[in-house]
Amino acid sequence: MKKINLICIGCPMGCPLTIEKDGSKIISVTGNTCPRGDAYARKELTNPTRIVTSTVAVEGGDVMRISVKTKQDIPKDKIFACVKELKNVSIKAPVHIGDVILENVAGTGVDVVATKGSSW
Amino acid sequence: MKAYDIVIIGGGPAGLAAAVSARKNGIDRVLILERDKELGGILNQCIHNGFGLHTFKEELTGPEYAARYIAQAAELNLEYKINTMVMDISHEKIVTYMNREEGMQEIQAKAVILAMGCRERSRGALNIPGYRPAGIFSAGTAQRLVNMEGYLPGREVVILGSGDIGLIMARRMTLEGAKVKVVSELMPYSGGLKRNIVQCLDDYGIPLKLSHTVIDIRGKERLEGITLAEVDSHGKPIPGTEEDYTCDTLLLSVGLIPENELSNGMGIDMNRVTSGPNVNESLETSIPGVFACGNVLHVHDLVDFVSEEAAAAGKNAAEYVMREKSAVQISKDIKSPIELEAVEGVRYTVPKTVNVDRMTDRLTVRFRVGAVYQNCFVSAYFDNERVIHKKRPVVAPGEMEDIKLDKSKLLEYPDLKKITIKIEEA
Repeated sequence: MKKINLICIGCPMGCPLTIEKDGSKIISVTGNTCPRGDAYARKELTNPTRIVTSTVAVEGGDVMRISVKTKQDIPKDKIFACVKELKNVSIKAPVHIGDVILENVAGTGVDVVATKGSSW
Repeated sequence: MKAYDIVIIGGGPAGLAAAVSARKNGIDRVLILERDKELGGILNQCIHNGFGLHTFKEELTGPEYAARYIAQAAELNLEYKINTMVMDISHEKIVTYMNREEGMQEIQAKAVILAMGCRERSRGALNIPGYRPAGIFSAGTAQRLVNMEGYLPGREVVILGSGDIGLIMARRMTLEGAKVKVVSELMPYSGGLKRNIVQCLDDYGIPLKLSHTVIDIRGKERLEGITLAEVDSHGKPIPGTEEDYTCDTLLLSVGLIPENELSNGMGIDMNRVTSGPNVNESLETSIPGVFACGNVLHVHDLVDFVSEEAAAAGKNAAEYVMREKSAVQISKDIKSPIELEAVEGVRYTVPKTVNVDRMTDRLTVRFRVGAVYQNCFVSAYFDNERVIHKKRPVVAPGEMEDIKLDKSKLLEYPDLKKITIKIEEA
């Protein structure tokens, strides 16, 4: 049996989590104050994921760039591939919050969406 | 002179939430004055996620969080002026502002809500020796350059200070292709949230050196490198621990200062610990009818708590305006308010005084501690009696704490003069 300590990143509370693991099997998660902590611990030890945020260029808009995010969390090892794909993206104004900027980023099946709008 | 019931100084998260709340509590003539070219304040450059878990029960980015409030403001037809700088507020609540369209204008407010936010401490406040080359930015300036203007300030980066903006920028610069070599923190603990250490530094293998500071800056035109050294418990560099780093960029994330020039101009009573106004249970400053909320009052970690506090300020300002309007004069408060005193590990409290008649059923008292304490208790003494004794596994200066005061409980102590809040070690 192995004990692993993690800090939950689910919310700003940052609960200290202790996970008991037997081989690849998770026996218990303690230290969390809400169900998000349990889910985070299990995911972090099997398939760690993150939401990625960045910006893309806007053409003909009232701002130079707009902010974007992956609509869901993507595998941690795809973060750099995701940012790289966004490097060459340029979007024509108008853009609205929630508009899909790039589909299936880095083959993750997750879309990148705008988190800010830009009018002409 | 034009007149408004409530004038709100600042259209960031605090100003927006205060305005929405004031309108929802029955005030028609509300005006927001914002100096930037759009509403939303600093949220516009905080493109990372993690906002709104308390307020909206979902994780939003900064611009999305701002957009929710801007949409509410639009729905309520709230009046605002952007590109408008407030120059002065008089003791009689005459607000002088300036913009390109109207020039210099004066308006009379019945109530004023201060929501100007804060600004970053700069290199000048730190006295770092060495040259003064280009390449030294505050973390927030770098954030604006990268996220809004689309410029990367440099390629090889050292960050001094482990405040949240510095941690967020360590990740952001890394994603944009820069090499962040180290984050150095003078104190033996981080000034930022634990989650940001995990997802901004640990995720990318960026080292955090606690009890370390920059003792030299090299480079004449452009920054060429810095020297880092470990410090002792008094913050003095320890000889022999110097390490040189080559870098073209130094980001400073060394604290935030509430932006209170206007408050000082009005002669408002200020708190030396928070650098914000002293306020009562209604978030009202020493000038009746002038309220404060958000980072201008005290620096917050979470925008959700800014919104909550600002909504309370908006409601209280609305009640103030209603009271002033109603011909019926309510009896003046006969009782003097209860004083809140911060001692032994607690650096300050917001609010600083409580008038039981005016408080809500449950009042949130926010504060920060002066050091890291483990397995301690947050205690509140009503005069000499310990009434609240809350166990906390860990408290740290980087994370704001709170306790709740129940009105029903306070009413049981009619002669109460002082509530003392302190940290007690187990």
